[in-house]
Amino acid sequence: MSAADERKLLDVRGLTVRFPTPDGVVQAVSDVSFSLSRGETLGVVGESGSGKSVSNLAIMGLLNRSRTTITGEVEFKERNLLTLSNDELRKVRGKEIAMVFQDPFACLHPMYRVGAQIAEAFSAHSDAGKKVAWTRAVELLDRVGIPNARSRARDYPHQFSGGMRQRAMIAMALVHNPAILICDEPTTALDVTVQAQILELIEDVKREFDIGVILVTHDLGVVAETANSVMVMYAGRIMEYGPARDVFAQPQHPYAWGLLDSMPTIDRRLSALVPIEGAPPSLLAPPSGCPFHPRCPYRFEPCPTERPPLVAPAPEAHLDACHLPWDKKVELGAERAKKVAA
Amino acid sequence: MEGGGEVTFYIVRRLLWTVVVVACVLAITFAVFYLLPAGDPALRFAGKNPTDAEIALIHHRLGLDRPWYIQFLKFVKNFFLGDKYGWPGLGYTYASGSSVKALIVARAPRTLLLIAGAAVLWLVTGVAIGVISAVKRRSLTDRLAMGFALFGISTPVFWLGLMALYIFWRQLGWTAGTGYVSPADNFGAFLSHMILPWIVLALLYAAFYARMTRNNLLETLGEDYIRTARAKGLSERSVIFKHGLRASLTPIVTMFGLDMALLVGGAVITESVFNLQGLGYLAINDALQQDLPVVLGVVLLASVAVALANLIVDILYAFIDPRVRYA
Repeated sequence: MSAADERKLLDVRGLTVRFPTPDGVVQAVSDVSFSLSRGETLGVVGESGSGKSVSNLAIMGLLNRSRTTITGEVEFKERNLLTLSNDELRKVRGKEIAMVFQDPFACLHPMYRVGAQIAEAFSAHSDAGKKVAWTRAVELLDRVGIPNARSRARDYPHQFSGGMRQRAMIAMALVHNPAILICDEPTTALDVTVQAQILELIEDVKREFDIGVILVTHDLGVVAETANSVMVMYAGRIMEYGPARDVFAQPQHPYAWGLLDSMPTIDRRLSALVPIEGAPPSLLAPPSGCPFHPRCPYRFEPCPTERPPLVAPAPEAHLDACHLPWDKKVELGAERAKKVAA
Repeated sequence: MEGGGEVTFYIVRRLLWTVVVVACVLAITFAVFYLLPAGDPALRFAGKNPTDAEIALIHHRLGLDRPWYIQFLKFVKNFFLGDKYGWPGLGYTYASGSSVKALIVARAPRTLLLIAGAAVLWLVTGVAIGVISAVKRRSLTDRLAMGFALFGISTPVFWLGLMALYIFWRQLGWTAGTGYVSPADNFGAFLSHMILPWIVLALLYAAFYARMTRNNLLETLGEDYIRTARAKGLSERSVIFKHGLRASLTPIVTMFGLDMALLVGGAVITESVFNLQGLGYLAINDALQQDLPVVLGVVLLASVAVALANLIVDILYAFIDPRVRYA
């Protein structure tokens, strides 16, 4: 076993999620494979409905199993989480894999004290008494930067600001020193100034506890700041997956180009933003072939019929799922870079 | 819930309002009694073919020869200063001149015990059925429970009461029949007499509470903080009872308080079917006899009950939901 393997935490292979509905089967996530190591932040980006949240809920076992079909493998500590019983999975949740959600205003129970909710997360996997749990809650609130943690722990969520609530959610997630922290759009509901603080906090705890972080977002800026690797999702599938540096320096998939060109940056005027034509497809009947082909300006004959596999198109390239030949991608990429520079 | 002083101030203010509301209700009852052309109560007591002098005498005896507002003021004065039966003075019935207060004190336990027993039944069964239904949503259990709820809501109490009496008293002989036995005299007989009225009265409410609990809980279980609770790795029992039911409880507490209070004067049908002769029965009978003092006495009690229940519900609210503040 190599050193890299030893640090590997999570190995997801062929994760597929289907929701049967009266209107047909929603193909929420299709054939998603990725891995996560200690100390790594994996940024998962994509538009709403691209399956990025659903795949994480599936990993956490938070989808209603009787109303979902989940296939594939989620290997964590030599076990496949997808085959665990509800009870076994419950012991992983909050203890070894913890999650922070999008809307901190809705994610804390309005009728319990913040400290009590964190203490409860501790007691869920520990027989230590209430006092120990409360002390742990205060300690973590203090760690995530809540001033006067001892007294603020006695507050109710409505007495906390949005940023403080998200800090409290992070404290709750860290209560058992989990191996993996899944953050599902953790900054979307927050003010821009607070966003940066929360991202910094997540980075800090990642380093301090040596954990793996999955950061789901639709904000490429957030990913650019914090992620080590990036996974671009579209219509429930991975379009591009590689080290963050490479994906941002040399994006390979036309969808990634589209995402980057539609993102405002400090040195790009609003008029220079190029929106992606069309709208995301319905997951009840996703397009045949490459799911992005109806909106892709570079599509050619195999795209509508043949699904491109997720492979590295050249030895120096990272993974993408696109039929365009490598030299064509390099050429288009260079053209794009010139346009951005101009 | 910031300080004790604030809470006390709030309660005192609400109690003062309660007095105002009750006074208004009584004044309206008075006015209705005099404005509705229902005939002269004196005629009932004057025998056949009374002379004008006899009628006038009865009017004078009952105080009906004074303007209605004078009578009202007299009622208010009696109430605060008491009559010969002590405080609060509720006056004397037209029919027999006996004390209204004694009448109410005699009848109230019947109604209150009926309500208390039924309330326990409907709260426990209603909430339990609602929780089971919500947790096993769309299952056979859920459908059966909601079928029961529909039955309970749409079945008239008088029919249900009569059927229950017919089956369990006349046919099976499992329970005692109509009428009331004081628990102080014979507790077994009291239970035997009350079990059917309790069940019959509770059924309608249990059905309502089951549906309300189910709907509230289903809504709550879709909240983000329930997902958080699951993400912590809490057991499903904890998720549903500690997190789900807690948040669904507020509207149920509200309804419960008001339902109990409304029944103080409103359990008439159940009281009649089972011949319990409680407050509702008293009020209806004496309203038909135009015996104003009795009606006023029951209305007073019922409106105080409703106002106090409202106050208690509001105070409980602040304990259940920390977001509610006294303002």
